[in-house]
Amino acid sequence: MKKIWAWGALLFSLLYFTLPLIGMTNFSLKMRRGEYSFDAYGKVFTDPRFQETFTYSVMQALFTIVFGVLLVVPTAYWVRLKLPRLRPVIEFITLLPLVIPAIVIVFGYIRLYNTSSWLPLTGTVTGTNILLMFGYATLALPYMYRAVDTGLRTIDVATLTEAAQSLGAGWATILAKIILPNVLVAVLSGAFLTFAIVIGEFTMAALLNRPAFGPYMQLLGANRAYEPAALAVIAFGITWGCLGLIQLVSRFQKSAPPKA
Amino acid sequence: MSFLSLTSLKKSFGPVQVVHDFNMDIEKGEFVSFLGPSGCGKTTVLRMIAGFETPTSGKIVINGRDQNSLKPNQRNIGMVFQAYALFPNMNVQDNVAFGLKVAGVDKSEIEARVKQMLGLIKLEHLADRFPYQLSGGQQQRVALARAIAVKPQVLLLDEPLSALDAKIRVSLREEIRQIQQQLGITTVFVTHDQEEALSISDRIVVMNAGRADQIGTPFEIYNTPSTRFVASFVGTLNIIEGKVTDPASGSVTIGNQQVALKDPIAGMKGGDSISLALRPEAGSIAEGAKGDTALAGEVVSTSFLGSVIRTRLRVGGDVISFDMFNNPGVTPPVSGDNVTLRFAAKDLLVIRE
Repeated sequence: MKKIWAWGALLFSLLYFTLPLIGMTNFSLKMRRGEYSFDAYGKVFTDPRFQETFTYSVMQALFTIVFGVLLVVPTAYWVRLKLPRLRPVIEFITLLPLVIPAIVIVFGYIRLYNTSSWLPLTGTVTGTNILLMFGYATLALPYMYRAVDTGLRTIDVATLTEAAQSLGAGWATILAKIILPNVLVAVLSGAFLTFAIVIGEFTMAALLNRPAFGPYMQLLGANRAYEPAALAVIAFGITWGCLGLIQLVSRFQKSAPPKA
Repeated sequence: MSFLSLTSLKKSFGPVQVVHDFNMDIEKGEFVSFLGPSGCGKTTVLRMIAGFETPTSGKIVINGRDQNSLKPNQRNIGMVFQAYALFPNMNVQDNVAFGLKVAGVDKSEIEARVKQMLGLIKLEHLADRFPYQLSGGQQQRVALARAIAVKPQVLLLDEPLSALDAKIRVSLREEIRQIQQQLGITTVFVTHDQEEALSISDRIVVMNAGRADQIGTPFEIYNTPSTRFVASFVGTLNIIEGKVTDPASGSVTIGNQQVALKDPIAGMKGGDSISLALRPEAGSIAEGAKGDTALAGEVVSTSFLGSVIRTRLRVGGDVISFDMFNNPGVTPPVSGDNVTLRFAAKDLLVIRE
């Protein structure tokens, strides 16, 4: 009897999640009257704005990942090594982007870094791009920090550091040659999550007026019928692709040296 | 001048002082063990030498150079940790080569040196394995090879055998000693295992509550412990309480029996309480046993330990143990027997607090 309920619950969940997706995918393929086609996808892919906004968001995502790694890995490492008592405080700070809406953060940025401020980042395109990248890094911080911190937990950070120091290594060598390679899988997990967040983010990019993929999706959704459905399927595919890659690198970790 | 000199070393963590005025001179090529129970400060002294802890006061000098101002990576000190601390992302070869690469040594020289080190620890065939593919003993040998590959001034071993099983411990400690002697590396070894310390050290520092209670050769530490702590921590020493009868002649009363020590008792007067130590293997109750001193007692219990029979004897107010080799032709004493324990007066040692 219990099994029937369990299978019933599973079936209901599957239908609940998959039916809208199937419906959306089905709709995205019905651009040509009376037959299935990839016309909507073709239109999306050939739209120069799609290419422009997607490239822009991918580049933003890559810069955000690099910045996030450079910020989070040394911070999480240092906190674990030298400031273990501060860990709860740092964890709380890294969780703040989850409770502070993106719109609040971006208005704060605009007020702080507008053209009449001491650091007028919004005054130039490059400055605004950098500001957007910082914003994305902030949004991805809870995921990146947690992933890296979990990775650091699996290795004996203090002893490995001391072993490297006794062999003559400085901080940069320790971070680059010992710590980062041993938390690489965790960093990659954080990186894929960051990628998924940046690709779909709307609020910050729209309010900073940058040509990102999120605002493009919104724009297309407001003016077209079939293309938004195709775009949603593409965006969904990117997100699931990232999640799949996380699973893949997690499996890769099992065959790699686990800990000291 | 000694090679490694520790002068008035002190270390406090907040209000707790864990090392008190530690002084020690170690010669080049010497193997010195810091022996003591957990929390006695032995690892803290080691970590101060390595540079991982900053002394509250005092001086560390290696080969005439003050180390206090140097960072750990500037000291050229090899260290082997209890937890192995091999780099999980590198195979054996790369682990051993790490220090040489950091030092900017030529590639060809690194290859030669790594080969030599792996030969020394007899693990050439495992050069491509990762740490997780090695046993504990193999990992620790790789850690040793990695530490000595950079030709350190001093090699520090922080309880390197503690995580290994008994058989591996014995073989690896012999291997460590052999490699140390072969390369002539000045070595400081931290352990809480007295057998380990006694078997491989040139000198032992017995530490207690942040102080060096006694520094001496294994022979001196075992046979002539200078404090009650050293006597009780090293070996299974019997402590017998008595009263000084005549300090000049070394006469002491134990219970209602008189014994004469080998030497006069300095710094005490008649009637003073005195603690005496006697090794379990120093006495015998066998008929015709040699010894110029005797104590009568009643057998409390007898334990058969295979090659040895341990008998516990009540003498005065104390119960003491002594060991005798198992002899199938001799029946061991039983509880309640009255026996006479014979031993040499020189084996009865005066213990200071």
